[in-house]
Amino acid sequence: MSEYSITIGTLIAIQAIVACGLNVIVGYAGQISLGHAAFFGIGAYASALLTTAGGLSFWSALPIVLGITGLIGLFLGLPSLRLREDFLAITTIGINFIVVSVFQYVPFFGGALGIGGIPRIVLFGERIRGVSFLLLSAGFLAITLLICWLFTRSWSGLACFALREDETAASSMGVSPVRFKLTAFILGTAMAGLGGALYAHFMRFISATDFGFPMSVMILSMVVLGGMGTLWGPVLGALVLGILPEVFRPLTDYRMFLYAALLLLMIRFQPGGLLGENSLARQTLSRLKGGKS
Amino acid sequence: MDEALLSLREISMHFGGLKALDKVSFDLREGEILGLIGPNGAGKTTCFNTVSGVYRPTSGEIRFRGTRTDGLPPHRMAALGIGRTFQIVRPFPNLTVLENVIVAAGLNCYGKLIPSCRPWKGRKTREEAMEILARVGLDSQAEQKAGLLPLGNLRRLELARALALKPHLLLLDESFSGLRHEEIAQQEELVRKTRESGISILLIEHNMRVAMGLCDRLVVLDHGMKLAEGKPESIRNNPEVIRAYLGKGGSANAS
Repeated sequence: MSEYSITIGTLIAIQAIVACGLNVIVGYAGQISLGHAAFFGIGAYASALLTTAGGLSFWSALPIVLGITGLIGLFLGLPSLRLREDFLAITTIGINFIVVSVFQYVPFFGGALGIGGIPRIVLFGERIRGVSFLLLSAGFLAITLLICWLFTRSWSGLACFALREDETAASSMGVSPVRFKLTAFILGTAMAGLGGALYAHFMRFISATDFGFPMSVMILSMVVLGGMGTLWGPVLGALVLGILPEVFRPLTDYRMFLYAALLLLMIRFQPGGLLGENSLARQTLSRLKGGKS
Repeated sequence: MDEALLSLREISMHFGGLKALDKVSFDLREGEILGLIGPNGAGKTTCFNTVSGVYRPTSGEIRFRGTRTDGLPPHRMAALGIGRTFQIVRPFPNLTVLENVIVAAGLNCYGKLIPSCRPWKGRKTREEAMEILARVGLDSQAEQKAGLLPLGNLRRLELARALALKPHLLLLDESFSGLRHEEIAQQEELVRKTRESGISILLIEHNMRVAMGLCDRLVVLDHGMKLAEGKPESIRNNPEVIRAYLGKGGSANAS
């Protein structure tokens, strides 16, 4: 594998982890978030600061990073208890802008220069780079997917589905909206934090602009494209949106246009996403299964 | 009066200047079917919403099984043993009929950290839910998406979900409206069976024939106040009730 495709693959795996996190919030619990990149950024900055200024290793910093992003996710999830749908969407956009400006203008976070010199991850005495980093990211993606899968099978997951479908009915069945919306926010933002930490140690240099609103839109596009509320949807979405720009590299100026067009087409023809219910992929799959048995 | 399962004392619910409920008091005894009737806008649904925790009453006291419950949120009321249905049905449309019922079966898991992490796809849970679906006659549609069911089946699904909570008290908000004749008869049968299984019932009903036939006692609300309370036959002949329903001067024609 070339250096180039390893880099693309690693970034896709990292973004898939972040998209899985957003899927917990948007797809499972039905809470709209247009500011998910903020948590991607919080994870990256937390890990970068803890390993440079803090002098910790990636591994000892990681639990703290997950704790910090989850905790901030909890606080920023509080508006979701009072706001619905469009108002929540606008609030989360606002949160994204605030977080980016804090990174950009507060000297502690390196200001416009960002943070550089982030150490490599060391595992079994080896400095992780290249293919090893790709494998490490894929491993973390696998763990993320496992947690998502376990979550959908747990009573907490079912409670989130019920909230997504009808909050009033769900609460009359013993589901506390406060408890389970915040659970989804904590879980989802912690996954974004994990993605952020990996990103920081992969790029080894981060700046606030990496985590702006366009990144949030891109992550949401991955979830919608792949299929909200499905297990593999965000991974597929990250793959497609990660590979397409490389394939269409000559069209780089039209990238945002292509995203928009793709999203519109999806909403029009496959509203459930590529892996959603009644999607072409699912129908073909069930036809194949039916043919075998 | 300490035998009362549910008791409302001087419950008032004001929305700004509107007195939706004005010092309403009544008791529901263990094992009875109590009907809440009254003209449109009398405050029946508001009364339901204060009992089920959707609204916190402006003043007054609600006791359920001896504990004070006014102001508790809906999910706490469910945990205490109050199940409810909605006047405008509220299914979980993208979940299957079976999953809709299983959501209610998780009542005892949602409040605690470790049980809420356990899987819900167990065989025992499924069998219990299927049994409840069989009771309301929906077992053949268990794997269908709830959003695809016609209204009659949705009303039965709402009942099934409420039953899956294993409640002490069931609140039925116009569970008969919009149903065809034969469906009403089936639903009446279901409500009777439910009571026989030891669940007390408070219901709102517009259809007088159903309310009179099903309820042990009736409470009549009008303009947010309790107008009358008693056995169906005494309510039927109460001149005040007739006046509230038919207007002044109508009483002569009603009898």
